[in-house]
Amino acid sequence: MMAHSVVSRALQPFASLGAFFLTTSEVVGGMGVMFGRIASRLVRLSFDRSELMKNLYKMGVKSVPIVVVTALFTGGIMVIQAAPLVQRYGAHGLLGWGAGFGTLREIGPLLTALMISGRVGANNTAELGTMVVTEQIDALRALAIDPISFLIVPRFIGIVTTLFLSTVFADALALFGAAYAGTGILGVEPMVFFNGLTSGLLGLGDVFHGLIKSVVFGIVIALASCQFGIATSGGAPGVGRAVNSTVVVSAAGIFVLDYIVSFAIG
Amino acid sequence: MTEAIEPSPESAVGHIDEDAVVHERTGLAWLGGSVLDLLRAASAMYSVFVKTLYYSVRGVRRPGAVVQQMYAVGNQSLVFLCVVMGFIGMILVFQAGLQAKRVVPDLSLLGATFLELLVRDLAASISALMLATRVGAGIAAEIGSMVVTEQVDALRMCAADPIDYLIVPRFKASIVMTTVLVVLAAGVAFTTGMWTGYAFFDINPRTFVNVSMVDAGDLTIGLAKCVAYGAAIPVVSGYCGLSTFGGSEGVGWATTRAVVNSSLAVIILNFFISGAGFLIFG
Repeated sequence: MMAHSVVSRALQPFASLGAFFLTTSEVVGGMGVMFGRIASRLVRLSFDRSELMKNLYKMGVKSVPIVVVTALFTGGIMVIQAAPLVQRYGAHGLLGWGAGFGTLREIGPLLTALMISGRVGANNTAELGTMVVTEQIDALRALAIDPISFLIVPRFIGIVTTLFLSTVFADALALFGAAYAGTGILGVEPMVFFNGLTSGLLGLGDVFHGLIKSVVFGIVIALASCQFGIATSGGAPGVGRAVNSTVVVSAAGIFVLDYIVSFAIG
Repeated sequence: MTEAIEPSPESAVGHIDEDAVVHERTGLAWLGGSVLDLLRAASAMYSVFVKTLYYSVRGVRRPGAVVQQMYAVGNQSLVFLCVVMGFIGMILVFQAGLQAKRVVPDLSLLGATFLELLVRDLAASISALMLATRVGAGIAAEIGSMVVTEQVDALRMCAADPIDYLIVPRFKASIVMTTVLVVLAAGVAFTTGMWTGYAFFDINPRTFVNVSMVDAGDLTIGLAKCVAYGAAIPVVSGYCGLSTFGGSEGVGWATTRAVVNSSLAVIILNFFISGAGFLIFG
């Protein structure tokens, strides 16, 4: 008995490592299967149009305030962080370039994705999870309605579209916030900031770099939130746990894919 | 269950979920309503914060409660945070190197600048955003399920204030563990950044590790951010958890609100602390 417990304690790190890999592959596999199912409905265009419109309104339009606040503050933060460097080298003309490249390529898509994952992804999981624990999904199946094309595909399209459009919006607002923070903190005129932005160091490629990322992030958030929502079990605490896992997996997925996408498209 | 359930008077304070508003408000009414909701939420959050501070000093000390929460906040976020910060280090050095090459051919100061940025802002802020999602959602989900299963009411019946019993241990644990995790996260991000600099831009690790740009001001700002974020996350998400109402749907909403509000709190605190730091230390 004693020997057994010593052995099992010695093997504990391996057991938890194995459990970690099993859980990870379960999550990734579940998301992959979900993606396949969604893709097959997307190809056949079999999804509920009115549900799509409802979700676009609920996810997109209602997220505008959060996106605005996040983007304005993010632009300000970018300038405050760049301020000591700008003062040290006296490179006031480069402020627009620095803030622009940081915002357009990384911070804009990343922070928008994190906020949308918190607001829309988590909300979506909560909604689907509640439907599962109150057996509404089973009711749909009993009525011969495919839950994937009725519930999941509209939400998938909704999240990807929302994140793409929010990122466009947030990029613009963050640059606006940065321009005025530059005026307030460093005394850089908005025109000088604008010139730094358009003087040729940044191109459309940088904008598209961020936008491609936002689509990838949108797909991850949508898959994670739909997968965890549908796989909810165990009443109210189960819904809480599902939401928690959604935000964690979305965040980890966003950062990992950010690296891969940045590296792949250069 | 899907009908809108009237919140109890206590949970009605700062109830800001737009989806549960029965009739849509338009125009000026919408603006005024949102401002009022925001103010109510802010004042309720402020009162939770003050009570938390009061009970942190005067409350009942239960042995082991803080340590248990430190484990939940710190150790269980370790892998997640290391993965995220490792990738952040690689991405930032990769992007910055790529861009800096267009302007200056010499990348020898990349490491020093990166370290300064990490210490002053990125390590604390990005880790805090991650902790706001992981820890904030966890706290709200846990407390929210306790509210809807009436365990919090049972606590009140036993004359134990839920803020003292539930939020204070999380508050103390979060301040300590956020600081510890941020220091660790900065180390992980810098190491992966160093590796990226070596692999993609041929920067010698000896050149990359350069602490000459980090001064006392940067360290002070970084630490101030750790403490501020560590305090804000449990208070905001604890408040969201305590104002849960309406079954499993309510728990989901509470968790969503906790994630959004604590992330917003981190971004807004970042703006003000960075601004103050820039004005004080230059």
